[in-house]
Amino acid sequence: MSNPISHAFKKAKSENRPALLTYTVAGDSTKKQSLEILKSISKKVDILEIGVPHNTPVADGSQIQTSSYRAIKNGIKINDIFKIVKDFKKFDKNKPVILMGYYNMIFQYGENEFLRKCKISGVNGLIVVDLPWPENKKFASKCKKRSIFFIQLLSPTTTKNRLKKIIKDSHEMIYFISMLSTTGGKLKVSPKEILSNYDKIKKINSRKNVVIGFGITEKTIKSLKKADGLVVGSAICGEITNSIKKRQNPVTNVYNVVNRLKKKLNELDNKNN
Amino acid sequence: MKLKKRIPVIDQGDKLGFWGGKFGGNFVPETLKKPIEDLEILFNKLKKDKNFINERDKYFKNWVGSPTRFIKLENLTKHVGGAQIWSKVVSDANGGAHKIYNATVHCLLAKRSGKKVICGDTGAGYAGKMLSMAAKKFGLKCKIFMGAKDIRRQQPNVKAMKKNGAEVIPVYSGSQTLVDAVSECMRYWVANCDKVAMCVGSTVGPAVFVRICGWSTSQISRELKTQLVDEFGSVPKKLKLYNCVGGGSSSFGFWNEFMDYDKKQCEFIGVEAGGPAKSKKHAAPLTYGSKIGILHGAAQYVNQNTDGQIEETESISAGLDYPGISPLHCFLKDTKRARYTAASDEEALRAYKLVTKFEKLRPSLEPSHAFSVAIAESKRFSKDTIVVVNSCGDAYKDRGIIEKRLGKKYV
Repeated sequence: MSNPISHAFKKAKSENRPALLTYTVAGDSTKKQSLEILKSISKKVDILEIGVPHNTPVADGSQIQTSSYRAIKNGIKINDIFKIVKDFKKFDKNKPVILMGYYNMIFQYGENEFLRKCKISGVNGLIVVDLPWPENKKFASKCKKRSIFFIQLLSPTTTKNRLKKIIKDSHEMIYFISMLSTTGGKLKVSPKEILSNYDKIKKINSRKNVVIGFGITEKTIKSLKKADGLVVGSAICGEITNSIKKRQNPVTNVYNVVNRLKKKLNELDNKNN
Repeated sequence: MKLKKRIPVIDQGDKLGFWGGKFGGNFVPETLKKPIEDLEILFNKLKKDKNFINERDKYFKNWVGSPTRFIKLENLTKHVGGAQIWSKVVSDANGGAHKIYNATVHCLLAKRSGKKVICGDTGAGYAGKMLSMAAKKFGLKCKIFMGAKDIRRQQPNVKAMKKNGAEVIPVYSGSQTLVDAVSECMRYWVANCDKVAMCVGSTVGPAVFVRICGWSTSQISRELKTQLVDEFGSVPKKLKLYNCVGGGSSSFGFWNEFMDYDKKQCEFIGVEAGGPAKSKKHAAPLTYGSKIGILHGAAQYVNQNTDGQIEETESISAGLDYPGISPLHCFLKDTKRARYTAASDEEALRAYKLVTKFEKLRPSLEPSHAFSVAIAESKRFSKDTIVVVNSCGDAYKDRGIIEKRLGKKYV
C-alpha cells in the first residue's frame, strides 16, 4: 500500500503545480476549532501538517509559539491530537496528515507506543524538529517499518557531504528549510538563492519530493513555484491570532487565506499553459 | 554507568555527545548542526593548544583575578560547632561571580572563529553581565536574552549589562524566566548562526556548550586544590564540597579537579533550589526525582508533565530557577559520585542571615542554598572535617529581594 503522501505529490505534479502543505497547531485555539479548520481547508490542501504544541520550542518564531501556547493553555494533550487526526480521517480518509513536533513529546510517550497510536489514528508522516540525522536513524527506521514517512529536514547550513548522507537515509519526502530562521521569519534571501539550494538537493536524488518551508506567505509563494511542495505555517497561525483579536471566525478566515494561496498556485498553472 | 578515571568528565561523552549513554546529546534543529560541529572542532583543537591555554590563563589571572580567596569562616565554625567551615570566595572574581570564566572562554572562541557578535542567555543576570563585560573587553557586540520576570527582579545586573553596551532583550514567552531566555537565545542563534556566536550561560544546552562551560569553570577547583595543599599540606582526608546547583556550572567547576578522589575523601554535595516551603513548585529535578527529558538540546532530568511539557519552576533565586540540570550532574548523580539535596527559599534566607551575621561575606541567594545545607550538616561532622562552600555569587544583585524579605538591615 503506498503512502497517501506520495499520491498527493503525484496529483499535484499532474496538475503542473507544487503541492500545497499547511501547518496548523493541534488544539489551536481549541480542540474542536482546530478540527474544524482542518476539515474546512482539506479540499484546498494537498498535505496537512499538524503541529504538536510544545512549550519550549527552539525553532519556532512568534506566530507558531503563540498558537502553541494558546493550544496548551486550552488543555490539548497528545491523546487529544490523535483523536483530532482520527476524527479528521473519518471526514477525509485519503488526505495525508503529518504530525510535526519536538522529540521530548515522543520520548515521554514512548517511541513505539507513539507510532502505534500514529498508525491507528491515520498519521502518514512525522517531522521531528529537534531530532536531526544521525540521531534520528533508529526512530526513522521504526517509522519506515510502519509505513510512516519520517521526513528529514535540510537547511542552508547542511554541508554537501551531509546532504548526501541524509538524502540517502531519507524516505520519499524531504523538508528543505529555506533560510537561516525560525519559523515565520521574513524571507531574507532571494527566491533564486533558495531555489539554487533546492536544485542541489534534487540533483543528488531527483525522485525525492522536496518541499520548501519557512517564510512562505501569500506574497512569496509564487516565486518558489518550481518546488515539489510549499509549506505555509506561520501565516496561517498568525491569521488565527488576528481573527481572535478581531473577534472574527478563525475557521472562515483561515479558509480564505488557504483558498488564496491555492489560487496563486493555480494561477501559475494558467500562465504556464 | 561508570565514571572513568584520568579522563576529564567533559570528555567522557560518546560520539553523539551522551554521558553514560543517555545524558546530553544534540537535540537541535538541522540548521544548528553545522555551527555546532564547527564549534566542536575549534574547541577540541584549542583546548589542547598551549598558546590558547596560556592566553586563557593570562586573562583569568590579570583580568578575572585569580585565584579567588579561600578563607576559613572562623565565627561561623564556632557557632555551628562541628566541622571546619571554609569558603571559596568565587564572587571575588571580576564581575562578582563564576560566570566570568565561561564568558571569557566563549569570547576567546568567538574571536578565533571570526564572529563579531555574541549572544547569550541569563537568569540571575550574572551570565549576561559577565558576557557583556567579556564582549566589551574583546571588542564583540553583545545581545543578552533575559526573562521579563528576571529583568524585574535582578535590576542591578541589568543596569550593568546595559552599561557595558549590551543589548538586553526581554523575553515575554512562557514563565518569563531563564528557561524561556535560553529558548529565545537558541532561536536567535538558529536565525543568525552564520554571523553570531552563542554562549550558553551554564553547563546546559547541546553537548559542546556543556563541555566548554565545564572546562571554563574548572578554574575554580584548580585554584582550590592548590589552596588546600598550601593550607593543609595535602588534600584533606575528609573534604566536603558544597555548591548550589541550578544549571550546574559553578558546582561542576568546583568539583572537577577532585573527581578522581574517592568520595569518602572528597564528597560532593549539590544543593538545588527547593522553592518556597509552601509551594509544590521547585527547581530541584535531581532531588525530587524528575524524569529524563529533552530540554534545550540535551537529555537530562527535567521537571515536566506526563505529556513532556516543561513545567514552570519557582525559586527565590533567579540563578537556580531552571527546570532542568546539566547532563554532567545527571551523570554524577547516576554514577553516585555526587549527592544532591535541596534547600527551600526560607532555608536559603536563614542561611544568608546567619552567614552575614557572623562573617564578612555576603553570598547571593544562590550560594545561600548551599550554605544552608552545609551549616545543617556540619553540626554532625568531626572537627577534622573540612567543609568548603563555594560562595559563587555576591548578594549585591539580590538587594531588592533581601530587603523585602528580611528588612533593610540585611542589605
